Amino acid sequence: MATGVGAAPATGADAARRMTRGTNPADRTYQAVLTGLALLLPALLLALIVELAVNARPTIERFGWGFVFNSTWDPVADVYGAGPLIFGTLASSFVALLLAVPLAFSVAIFLSEFAPHWLRRPLGFLVELLAAVPSVVYGLWGIFVLIPLLRTFVVPPLKAAFGWLPFFQGVFYGNSMMAGGIILAVMVVPYIAAVSREVLHAVPSSQREAALALGATRWEAVWMAVLPYGRAGLVGAVMLGLGRALGETMAVTMVIGNRHDISLSLLQPGYTMAAAIANEFSEATTSLYLSALFEVGLALFVITVLVNAAARLLVWRTAPGRAVGSRAL
Amino acid sequence: MTGLMGLLSALAVLPLLLIFGYLVLKGASSLNLDFFLSNPVPAGQTGGGVAHAIVGSGIIVGLAALIGLPVGIGAGIFLAEYGSGRLGWTVRFVADVLNGTPSIIIGIFAWTWIVRPQGHFSGLAGAIALAVILIPLVARTTEEMVRLVPHPLREAALALGYPRWRTSLTIVVRTALAGIVTGALVGVARVAGETAPLLFTALGNLNFSAHVNEPMQALPLQIYVYATGPFPEWHRLAWAASLVLILLVFGLALVARRVAANRYGAR
Repeated sequence: MATGVGAAPATGADAARRMTRGTNPADRTYQAVLTGLALLLPALLLALIVELAVNARPTIERFGWGFVFNSTWDPVADVYGAGPLIFGTLASSFVALLLAVPLAFSVAIFLSEFAPHWLRRPLGFLVELLAAVPSVVYGLWGIFVLIPLLRTFVVPPLKAAFGWLPFFQGVFYGNSMMAGGIILAVMVVPYIAAVSREVLHAVPSSQREAALALGATRWEAVWMAVLPYGRAGLVGAVMLGLGRALGETMAVTMVIGNRHDISLSLLQPGYTMAAAIANEFSEATTSLYLSALFEVGLALFVITVLVNAAARLLVWRTAPGRAVGSRAL
Repeated sequence: MTGLMGLLSALAVLPLLLIFGYLVLKGASSLNLDFFLSNPVPAGQTGGGVAHAIVGSGIIVGLAALIGLPVGIGAGIFLAEYGSGRLGWTVRFVADVLNGTPSIIIGIFAWTWIVRPQGHFSGLAGAIALAVILIPLVARTTEEMVRLVPHPLREAALALGYPRWRTSLTIVVRTALAGIVTGALVGVARVAGETAPLLFTALGNLNFSAHVNEPMQALPLQIYVYATGPFPEWHRLAWAASLVLILLVFGLALVARRVAANRYGAR
């Protein structure tokens, strides 16, 4: 039996649980059908990669690596550079994580260590619902509630206090990197919280008990025993949230401003890779334009796959074989 | 410190209350019979509803479930029953990678595979895009649920002379059925709210259409169009449609939780 990182824990019970090969035709058929269905998944992934790569080829050949660094995006002149898109994707996700990680970890720690038992289920359910809100509803809320709130209550004091920083330069029109980052933060909190909670659950209670026996308070036990034990898994949880944030489309498209610009200021509009595809795909009139969007898609795909793969391997270190992220709390 | 943690947790769920509150505040007053039963009126006029989008969403999501659930559940049973080898590891990893793939990318994938060869947008293409998202999601939840079934159950069935396939289907999968249904419902609820994969597949349609081979409207697409449009009347409809969508999604999630609780008790 395979002993790869992601394989199910190879305990005795698990080895026995595995179905042995059947000898009669019906058993064979059953296994063959299931195997066939399962093989569809790798086939899908392969098809996805091939399709993206083939369609992106014209721009890859035309612009090479310049595509990634160039910041000109001019469909009229048929010149494409995805620099601002990549910058915007990374920047909005970074802002989102900055806001989301403390909140998500608090939820996870509170739910698994401190919350009174009667509170755990309802609170967990609320966080689960937060993950279930459709992206487009977040976008709607962002346009009509969040942005006006930011304009009236958040941006003026921020500008007054930190207006000298490069992050708060320029006039705030509403659609901006800041709005995109905050919406993303709200959206990834439930994912990071759910996976972190799974990770904390997987920490053996002997760790807590040992710390408590040494005279640690409950908080010290969490801080000095539980969190370090689950460190790899928690980093994985954050990366999983990052993967979500990088690829999130609708809500971001609706509030980030959609301008091919690189600006350090959070108050200025930005653009992300996913948003560019959503906005421009149906307007792509030349084949090179379309190919450029496919290359943006390919780049986004490669980045999310790398981030997700790393996240999974990290989470599996603490909580082996868990289906991380596919199930909320 | 406990207090701070509790406070931050409350802050984390605050957006949910804000969002739901605003949806009810701005959307509930627009929910009348007309909203559910009539199609949109020309831009600029008042009134009209989203009947076409509700029906379209129903058809697209239903088709997606029809295509995606058997494959996903089958793959999940494979992972739980035969998935300890190298192939199992690969499929599990691929499922997780696909789960992390941005839905907009699934959208352009479906466009190249179905819309471009066919030469036209269609509800069916949208359904297939959603099915591709549903498959890995359901595969992983199914696997988890089947794995929870205690091993002695299987041994007992085998000892009574059941062939392996019957043991697997009628004992193991049957025992895990509630969990599998829960996973399926959660998956369907998630794809029902997806917009990005439908942009270049189902495309949207301002008229009522129940033909899967034609462009079809879906609730999330309609919300996107209305929310980003210029008319206050559209914004009003967007809030109302969002309220409907979120009630649908939350309803599915609640049913899923019910099913799971009945079977396993409090988790």
